[in-house]
Amino acid sequence: MRPTLFPRVLALLLMSIALLCLGALLGSGGIAWNNDSAIVFDIRLPRSVGAWLAGALLGLAGAIAQGVFRNPLADPYLLGSASGALMGVALVLGFSHTISNSGFELIGLNSGAFIGALLGVVAALILAGGYRSSLRLLLSGVVISVILGAGNALFTFVRPDLYQRFQAFMLGNTSLLDWHGVYLMLLVWLICIAFTLLLSATLNALSLGENTAKTVGLPIDQMRLGLIAILALATGAAVAQTGLIAFIGLAAPHLVRRFANGSQRAHLLMSSLAGGILLLASDLLARTVLAPLELPVGIVTAVLGGSYLLLLLRRQTRGVGA
Amino acid sequence: MSQIKLRNASLSRNNKVILRNINLDIAQGEWTSIVGPNGAGKSTLLQALAGLLPYEGSIQVEGAELCSIAVKARAQKIAWLEQTSTISDGLDFGLRVCDIAMLGRLSHQNWLSVPSSQDHILVEQAMRQTGVWDLRERFFNQLSGGERQRVLLARLFAVQAPILLMDEPIANLDPPHQADWLQWQKALSDQGKTNITVLHEIQFALQADNLILLGNKGLHHQGKSDDPLTHQALIDLFDGRIELTKLGKHWVALAR
Repeated sequence: MRPTLFPRVLALLLMSIALLCLGALLGSGGIAWNNDSAIVFDIRLPRSVGAWLAGALLGLAGAIAQGVFRNPLADPYLLGSASGALMGVALVLGFSHTISNSGFELIGLNSGAFIGALLGVVAALILAGGYRSSLRLLLSGVVISVILGAGNALFTFVRPDLYQRFQAFMLGNTSLLDWHGVYLMLLVWLICIAFTLLLSATLNALSLGENTAKTVGLPIDQMRLGLIAILALATGAAVAQTGLIAFIGLAAPHLVRRFANGSQRAHLLMSSLAGGILLLASDLLARTVLAPLELPVGIVTAVLGGSYLLLLLRRQTRGVGA
Repeated sequence: MSQIKLRNASLSRNNKVILRNINLDIAQGEWTSIVGPNGAGKSTLLQALAGLLPYEGSIQVEGAELCSIAVKARAQKIAWLEQTSTISDGLDFGLRVCDIAMLGRLSHQNWLSVPSSQDHILVEQAMRQTGVWDLRERFFNQLSGGERQRVLLARLFAVQAPILLMDEPIANLDPPHQADWLQWQKALSDQGKTNITVLHEIQFALQADNLILLGNKGLHHQGKSDDPLTHQALIDLFDGRIELTKLGKHWVALAR
């Protein structure tokens, strides 16, 4: 890593830690150390750490998506992978008889979400006829999301008993996070970060275009498949824990791009950290804006992220056509 | 002995045959220009030589069948410069000029290893050669078309490959840089490198050692560029719409 980049990564880490402390201390009555350590350690801390990890997974997924598809508007949510993951969650919920928060069920939910996420991306890519056109990929992702959304709505219709549980996934919700989920996301995050950094040379090569990338001596196709699998794994793990959270994956990579100074590895790492910061900050907002009422965090990110997407679209109108 | 040999090679793109039954011999250390009307398959031929397209028949490079050469070995042997117009819109991801040039060394680096001091020296050399060393900290997407082209040429030269394939390398360059490019071509030939370039600028193409003329889905003619037979074939290829005149020691093409 170039020497100038280290302080920037460190700054993002420190920011994350500060927000995590805030998340642990912030209760419905303002900032205070709660004497009941169970509230801090069993509720606030797993929720805050979990929100950060889910955001970090989504930020990483977004940076991978934008690099692999060379498409500045690619994002796990817009690509259809997030709604695919949600469909996977719905199917696992529908077919499992007992609904508990056991570690075993978590693995089932995560596998379902991972496979769903992978199928969502592949479907969007097939529908768009490849990934070259930003606009077509974006529209295909939206179409896939709408179709899968209808499937998910159908699911709650035929299984009203699961409505409440599933609603939390649809809106994006951090209030159900526990340590099981946190450990699982931490494991997935570490795996994803490690493999992404290993494969990051592909993203540099791809920035020269598909064809030139094939002439630089890397097994580009295999490496790209690996990156898409990581994208699906990260999205799946985040969705299985916190449901549909929009735009973190889109916004985080854009916010840090100029700070990465052209280093692909630094950009991937920073996008992930920024994703964690964004989601944790949104979660803190969701907890306080209407306190003591808690908003689902998905609503906060949708409002903030949607406005940001509009801003990006305005700025990049020229780049989107083609 | 020829370094690159095509025998009954048929090249297709998207399952459509673009060039049929091509037989070609390209000698080591010579500069060959590919010329032909739009859609004649010039870029297709170049991409096939870069190993990017499936082919029928045989394409041999230094005695080995092209499709059987390992990806990495091929990348060290053959460097390909894409037509800029086809990639410029994708290059939007905040890479700096020096990062782009360093990609030329990728085929010489082990997976995960950082660039060696040798890599840095060669990249600096290539960047100084094409005059982009002073731009090294700039972001690629902020450069003009001609500057971008010179950065991509620096990446190409940094590969240090014995075979260089360039698709319309001077299309975006201003006249002084086109003249520079001509000097580089001669220097590369002196180093024993094999150069194959697709050119629309016929007077530049005529300065190569050899010409490959493509038309009508196949090879129209291959010959020395100062051979009167080649000149006649060139005029025929463009339906007599050009004429060749000698100006000083160079031939120039004029529209008729």
